[in-house]
Amino acid sequence: MVSDMINATEQSLNFDGTQLVMVKGGTGKPLLIFHDELGYPGWMTWNESLAHERTLHIPLQPGYGKTPKLDWVRTYRDLAGFYSQVVREMKLDPIDVIGFSAGGFIAAEMAAADPHIFSKIVLVAPMGIKPAEGEIMDIFPITIRTHLRATVTDPAGTPEFLKLYGGEMTPEQFEAFEDARSESARIGWEPYMHNPSLPHLLHGLKTPTLLVWGTGDHIVPRGCIDAYKKAIPSAQIATIEKVGHRPEIENSAEFERVVSRFLAA
Amino acid sequence: MKIGYFTERPVRWLPEEVILKNGGHFAVSNKYFDREKAADEYNYWIDENCLAEELGFDIIGLNEHHGNPFCMGSVMNVEAAILARLTKRARILLIGNPLPVIKHPLRMAEELAEIDLISRGRLITGWVRGAGSEQFFNNANPAYNREMFEEAHDFIVQAWTRPGPWRYEGKHFHFRHVNPWALPYQQPHPPMWIPGVISPETVRWCAQHAYPYFGLGTSLGPTCDLWEYYADEAQKHGYQAGPENFGYVIPTFIAETEERAQELGKGFLFGGGQNSFARTEHTLPPGYNSREATRRLAKQPQGSWLGVSGDKMRGQMEERTIDPEEVHRKLEPGYKRSQEQFQLIIGNPKNVTAKLKTILSVLRPGALIIFSVQGQVGNEDRQTSMRLMTQEVMPVLKEHANQIGLVDALERPPGQSKLQSGVKRVQVSDRSPLKEMGMS
Repeated sequence: MVSDMINATEQSLNFDGTQLVMVKGGTGKPLLIFHDELGYPGWMTWNESLAHERTLHIPLQPGYGKTPKLDWVRTYRDLAGFYSQVVREMKLDPIDVIGFSAGGFIAAEMAAADPHIFSKIVLVAPMGIKPAEGEIMDIFPITIRTHLRATVTDPAGTPEFLKLYGGEMTPEQFEAFEDARSESARIGWEPYMHNPSLPHLLHGLKTPTLLVWGTGDHIVPRGCIDAYKKAIPSAQIATIEKVGHRPEIENSAEFERVVSRFLAA
Repeated sequence: MKIGYFTERPVRWLPEEVILKNGGHFAVSNKYFDREKAADEYNYWIDENCLAEELGFDIIGLNEHHGNPFCMGSVMNVEAAILARLTKRARILLIGNPLPVIKHPLRMAEELAEIDLISRGRLITGWVRGAGSEQFFNNANPAYNREMFEEAHDFIVQAWTRPGPWRYEGKHFHFRHVNPWALPYQQPHPPMWIPGVISPETVRWCAQHAYPYFGLGTSLGPTCDLWEYYADEAQKHGYQAGPENFGYVIPTFIAETEERAQELGKGFLFGGGQNSFARTEHTLPPGYNSREATRRLAKQPQGSWLGVSGDKMRGQMEERTIDPEEVHRKLEPGYKRSQEQFQLIIGNPKNVTAKLKTILSVLRPGALIIFSVQGQVGNEDRQTSMRLMTQEVMPVLKEHANQIGLVDALERPPGQSKLQSGVKRVQVSDRSPLKEMGMS
């Protein structure tokens, strides 16, 4: 894992008795980031790059090891409700958001419930809506190693992937992944990583939205992007060639370019 | 002590190569299903279980698995209902109904009550969490497995004992009109015996409810540890655990000669044996085990029942390819080792008797369930093993059990030996035979 948080600190926040661990770093206008279903991987190149212009707020999902599990949260919609309370409590709204994979699901649920909570939305290979075609890969009946490898098209050619996940996995890393997988299963098992009512509730959303998708994504099919585009017709689509589910590490330069341009516009 | 008979009712027509290539029994395509052969087999298994009663077994044990040719029992309550009518004396033991996987405790309460009624009170019901693979097959959320297990159990006990109609609104189950018109024949309800593999939570839960805990072929040393842990927990609830709190299920095959037994006993290794019940990724779904159980598992490198093992856990960290040749290569030494460690009991009546006596001395269970051979062993050889067991082995075991005071749960309901606070409890297992044999 990348642990040298050059520009970030980890803070434990308290919201009416509920603890939330948040990574915060950078300078400038706040930007909310939701990590994916495997947890926060650490401060990466793209974080460092964006943090020169934006203050990044990265909540560590409850039940993923650092933030205690919230038993009453039983669905992604529940989790989105909790995060919405957090954003309001912190008086961050309206705020720009980037959500990765299941983190995109969370952001979409928040926008559906409160169309004014975000000023701009970036959904990177988002889960949350049943794909028009294809299936979201079932990440639960595969080993963690298989899952990780499936997230990029070329593990060996992706230095940041090797830095994060290469080499032998320690029991501690395994346990952290198991925490994340368990919690993702708990709230996303059925319907599998989507909510049938979400596309209906997104209708009419005017918030500028960018959908980012890599052409080699084996986890979230293009059908999810098409389904989101149908639900939010004004959404723009940025397709990045020759990358998989993790464009932010597989082609971080291109990822930063499309995201920065969208956020700055 | 009670001695029971149990078979997984394995699919016997499937080429072994198919299982090996699949890397496990679970998820073998049902394109290999053969309706005619299956019809014959389901009828045969009923007949074989009736024979078990006829030969003198005290208990007929049934189980179920899903999407898996390792075991033909997909809905064991159906088989139990048939046996309830066809048999007269033997207790029918279900080890057990996978409550979180079935996800309908009211229906379960009704089905079991009918079985108990038809058998006029011969049902012993057991509960399990369901194998890891079954969480996938039945789409049961593994992260809620234990919660659903406990809630379903509590609900069923209520449904059997609390006059209806009443409304139930729990966390995972909701029933607006609980008033089943099929209630158990036994009062207040059938006995409950709980099988388990490694999970300390299950042991703790059994001790709390004074339910007998059944080790599923777990190795002897760790089983002693687990049973002493049960006894510690029992003490917290004010009673001394004894043989009535424990049962043991042991894979066993007997033939007239040692050579024949060793040859046919290899049926236990068919398709990779129980260690290849399911592939690594299907064995431990996310959230299925607690952190505590996972850590305990990591300390048990060898596979135990249904292939749950530390190796499997470490396998989750790796990306592995399936190598049928490697599986085969590992089987032979494993066969010998499993016998040395008393996890497989195979031999002529004399040798089997000696080994089973040792198991009784070490684990001191109130019930011993003989798990018949897997693989493609024919009916005649299976029945020979059953006959030798009941005619030559069982009388010696019963006498030995009497001598060392192995009382079973039907003779002395668990939890009745009260312990005054401050009184030291007694050991429930005896490791001395293991030490004499150089085993820990």
